[in-house]
Amino acid sequence: MPSLKDLKNRIESVKSTRKITKAMQMVAAAKLRRAQDAAEASRPYTERFNAVMAGLAASAGGSDAAPKLLRGTGSDQVHMLVVMTAERGLCGGFNGNIAKLARSHAQKLLAEGKTVKIITVGKKGRDAIRRDLGEHFVHHVDLTEVKRVGYGDAQAIAQDVLARFDGGEFDVATIFYSEFQNVVSQIPTAKQIIPASFEAAEDAEATLYDYEPSEEAILADLLPRGVATAIFSALLENGASEQGARMSAMDNATRNAGEMIDKLTIEFNRSRQAVITNELIEIISGAEAL
Amino acid sequence: MANVQFDLVSPERRLSSVEASEVRIPGADGDMTAMEGHAPTITTLRPGVLTVVHAGGTDEYVVSGGFAEITASGVSVLAEQALPRAEVTQEVLDGMIAAARDAHAKASEFVNEPGPVDDAAKLISDMVAMGGEIGLTAN
Repeated sequence: MPSLKDLKNRIESVKSTRKITKAMQMVAAAKLRRAQDAAEASRPYTERFNAVMAGLAASAGGSDAAPKLLRGTGSDQVHMLVVMTAERGLCGGFNGNIAKLARSHAQKLLAEGKTVKIITVGKKGRDAIRRDLGEHFVHHVDLTEVKRVGYGDAQAIAQDVLARFDGGEFDVATIFYSEFQNVVSQIPTAKQIIPASFEAAEDAEATLYDYEPSEEAILADLLPRGVATAIFSALLENGASEQGARMSAMDNATRNAGEMIDKLTIEFNRSRQAVITNELIEIISGAEAL
Repeated sequence: MANVQFDLVSPERRLSSVEASEVRIPGADGDMTAMEGHAPTITTLRPGVLTVVHAGGTDEYVVSGGFAEITASGVSVLAEQALPRAEVTQEVLDGMIAAARDAHAKASEFVNEPGPVDDAAKLISDMVAMGGEIGLTAN
C-alpha cells in the first residue's frame, strides 16, 4: 500500500505529463494547419504538371526514343526504395507504418531475387528498418535542421536519385510516404517514380499543342522535374500526416493521463479516509479503555 | 479586347491568378507574347523576366525552370522558381547564379559530355542576362 506522500507525488507527476502532452497536441495542431496549407498550395502546380506530362507521355512515350526515365531501363533487377519518415517520434504509428510497408515491400523483392537499395529520409524510419535492412542502405537525407520543407529540399533528393539512375545504379525507384487523409487516418503509400507513370487527365479532350522546342526536348527537360515534384508533394503529405498523427497520439495521451489522475485521486482520498478512520478508532478505543 | 486567364504557380505557392490582356514569356527558344486567341503551345522556360499586363497594371516576375502552357483562353506558367521582381535582390540573384555554376561544375566533372555541360553553361549565361535585364550585375 503506497503511502499518502507517494500517491501525492505520483498525481503531481502525471499532472505534469498531461501538461506536456497537452502542449504538444496544441503545437501539433498549429503545425498541422501550416502543413496542410503548404500541401494545399502545392496542389495546383502538381495537378497541372501531371496533366501536361500525361499528355506528353501519351504522345511521345510510346517510341523507343523515349527517355529512360519514362521507358525504364528495360530491366527491373535493381530497386531503389526511398523511405520518407519523420525526424521526430511521439507521433503514434506514423513512422512505424511507413517502415512496415517499406520493409514488407523490400522483403518481397528480396525473396524474388532482386537487389534492393534504400535511401532514407528522416532518421526515425532509418532506425526502424536498420535492423532488418541495414545492409541495403546507400544514403541518408537528414532534414533535422529543416524547419519548413521547401522545394529545394525535394530537388536535392531528386538530384541525388537521378544521379544514381544516370550512373546505372538501379532500374526502378519507389518512394514510401504517408498520404494525409485526415487527422485520424494517414495511409502509408508506395509510389513508383522511375520509370514515371502519369495518370491521364479525366477530360480526354486533347488539345493539339505546338511544342517549343520539340516534344522530345520538353519531355527530357520535364521528366527530371517530375521526380522532384513527386518527392516534394510526398514530403508535404508526410509533413501533414506527421503532425496529424502526433496530434491524435497526444490527444490520446492527454486523455489517458486524465483518467489516471482521476483513479489516483480516488485512491488517495480512500487512503486518507482510512488513516482518519484508524486514528478515530484508536482514540475511541483508548477512551473506552479508561 | 478579350482577356486571357493567367496563372503563375510554383511548387510552393500560387503567385498570381488574374485576367491578363498580354503575357510576355521567356521561352527556351526565345521570348513570346501570349494574347487571347494564341495557338495552343507548350514551351519550356529559360531563366528570365515574365511580364503580365492586366487591367490593374503590369506585374513582373523572375522565373526559372519549368514550362508554360498557352491555350486560346488561358496561360498557365509552372515555374520551378518564381519570385516577384521586387523580391529579387542582389543576394537572391547571386544565390541563383551560384547554384547554376555549381550545376555546371558538377556537369563538367561527372558527365563531361557536350550536351549537359552546354546546357548548364547556357543556364549561367541566361541567369547573367536576366540579372542585366533587371538592373543587377552578376559577380
